[in-house]
Amino acid sequence: MTHAGNRARRHGRRAGTPVVVRLLLVLTFGLGLAALTPGIASAEGEQVAGTLQTSRSGPIEGIGVTVTTTAGEDVDEVETDEDGRWAVDLPGAGQYTVSIDADDLPDGVELAGEASRTVTVDDGRRQAVIIGLEDGSRGSGGGNIQAVQLLVDGIRFGLLIAMAAVGLSLIFGTTGLTNFAHGELVTIGAVAGWYINVSGGVNLIVATVLAMVVGAAVGALNELALWRPLRRRGTGLIAALVVSIGLSLLLRYLIQIVYGGRSSPYQGFSGGRAVDYGPFTMTNADLASVIISIVVLVLVAVMLQRTKIGKAMRAVSDNRDLAASSGIDVNRVILVVWMMGGALAALGGVLLGLSDQVQWDMGFRLLLLMFAGVTLGGLGTAYGALVGSLIVGVFVQMSTLVIPNDVKYVGGLLLLIVILVIRPQGILGSRARIG
Amino acid sequence: MADLLNALAVAGKSALGFQAIFFALLAIGINVQFGYAGLLNFGQIAFAMLGGFGIAISVSKWGLPFWVGVLVGLAAAVVLALLLGLPTLRLRADYLAIATIATAEGLRLLFRSVSATPVTNGTRGLSAFNTDFIALAPWNTSQRYSILGTSWSGGELWVALVGWILVILGSLLVFALMRSPWGRVLKSIREDEDAVRALGKNVYVYKMQALVLGGIFGALGGMVYAVGTGSAVPDQYQNANTFLAYAALILGGAARVLGPVIGSMILLFILQFADTGLRLLISNGIIPEDLLSSTDVAQIRFVLVGLGLMLLLIFRPQGIFGDRREVMLDAR
Repeated sequence: MTHAGNRARRHGRRAGTPVVVRLLLVLTFGLGLAALTPGIASAEGEQVAGTLQTSRSGPIEGIGVTVTTTAGEDVDEVETDEDGRWAVDLPGAGQYTVSIDADDLPDGVELAGEASRTVTVDDGRRQAVIIGLEDGSRGSGGGNIQAVQLLVDGIRFGLLIAMAAVGLSLIFGTTGLTNFAHGELVTIGAVAGWYINVSGGVNLIVATVLAMVVGAAVGALNELALWRPLRRRGTGLIAALVVSIGLSLLLRYLIQIVYGGRSSPYQGFSGGRAVDYGPFTMTNADLASVIISIVVLVLVAVMLQRTKIGKAMRAVSDNRDLAASSGIDVNRVILVVWMMGGALAALGGVLLGLSDQVQWDMGFRLLLLMFAGVTLGGLGTAYGALVGSLIVGVFVQMSTLVIPNDVKYVGGLLLLIVILVIRPQGILGSRARIG
Repeated sequence: MADLLNALAVAGKSALGFQAIFFALLAIGINVQFGYAGLLNFGQIAFAMLGGFGIAISVSKWGLPFWVGVLVGLAAAVVLALLLGLPTLRLRADYLAIATIATAEGLRLLFRSVSATPVTNGTRGLSAFNTDFIALAPWNTSQRYSILGTSWSGGELWVALVGWILVILGSLLVFALMRSPWGRVLKSIREDEDAVRALGKNVYVYKMQALVLGGIFGALGGMVYAVGTGSAVPDQYQNANTFLAYAALILGGAARVLGPVIGSMILLFILQFADTGLRLLISNGIIPEDLLSSTDVAQIRFVLVGLGLMLLLIFRPQGIFGDRREVMLDAR
């Protein structure tokens, strides 16, 4: 309640991030806008000007632009130049109607709204006029292209969720704890990375590694200072679950006090510009994020499959008592799981901060999707978390084909509930766990 | 000293105001679900939001009378409880927890989204739907009244009076229900589900009834809050409030009729006192500004609640009035 204002402000700022702009303008909507051109006006008097272009067709040349007064008198008629620009000098301040000749538009480019616009021009001002154009990538014609783009985005997002969720799932598997404070491990990683990178001026890659170390340390601290003593006291699982909720609240708002309600990006990476790969575009930062995620997840899989500690993790996850009686040091395995989970969550946080900027509640928002992924894959299984998260990530992004962008998380959460109806044990889970 | 008395008075007012009623009603609902039936509803705030918006949308958007809005809100809460319970109540306890927390966040995002703006007014929310209700007050609502050093507007007093009557009626209902055979079955489900099933009871139906009943209390709480503030804004229904209600319940003592009521009064008192106290200490320069600025104080309450929740669960899970044996729950 009290921080409602904070949220609203944060969302306002969020709308200005390059990611959102990219999503809205270039990828999702493919909406070409007659953009504002900087002041190159030759006349001292009043002027209206603009640019006609779309993201796919580029600047559009030779379109007739007519400017009339609101009374209907013609002022001038011009055509756009090779850069799609046009400008008309006006006799004075007042209201003018600018219209373009829609029949001249090249194939595949259509008006997004009206062909004309009425603007008010102040004394001595050069007024930019925006006429919305659409290059068809939003409609049925470009549907495939857009679907591929969203699929790629979804895979990136899904890999990111998977990385954070592997730890969540393994912690559940080995200790039975549904850790609602796992999202804060993600945030702590991202925020630690931010302080090292931006305040400390350290290279982003080094900062990421350091953030992972911090994440592992926080994970170890979680286990050693809180959960191990609680297990020793014989605290019930539901009580432990409510404790994790308390921890989540405590950490989340402490982070907000320390870091603030702002959202800020990392420094020193050149990934702002989207590179065209044919059916989809991707920034270098996003590409790096995908590659890092895949490499790390493959490493985790190899570790779980081949190494002694990995096998021990799966054994404890499968049957804790049996593992203990066959000589596995269960507490040590759980400690390693916590450290690994913390490090992976931190890495996930930094990668999420790379694409969406660093915010105090980013982890909590991701947590719900992690739960969706983990539940879909099967609570307690490492590979299930991977598969499930990937599906959730793709589903969330692809769902924007049908539903608006700002409710896409709702789609993911709906998916979670549908899974619980159809197959509560998840894709790779076993029936015995859910009862 | 005058500052201290003032802080105490402000805290006392908030322990009796509509916010305390809001949390008390939420916590009574959670008590039925968690305290008596062992169900983990982590999305109680979603029921409150449906209650509040039930009135707000019915009155400001559809032009229906206030009391029809109340019915709409209650009906929406019942439907949500059924939708949530249907898939999850046959599963382990934490599945319900995950589904409810996801729903609460999802519904809030939906209500504040651009697509929902025609109905909910998006992030700006709805207002001016409580005039019919305030007009029922038997005293002059435009005047301010002074009680024990605190100043109340007539409307606030009226909402608080009706709210506390609701809380008392709700507590009486819970008291009666838990003495009845129905309540005994519910408590045995919490203790040992399989044993109850072996006795031929339909555990699923009992759990569902508890979920619906708790949801109705949640919706009533949301209504009191919406009418008390005079507005319904999606971001007022942050899910952190669910956990404030949990903290209130556990502080007072789960599975006790008066636990949630006393718990919310104490919790609100502590939070408000800490809030005023900290602001006072900062403005007097006792706490340096760069250690904690006054804008951070609003966040402190959640930090306190988180810490309190952890400490209570670890060291005194039965709270003030509870019975330790009744609250040592296990999901497996």
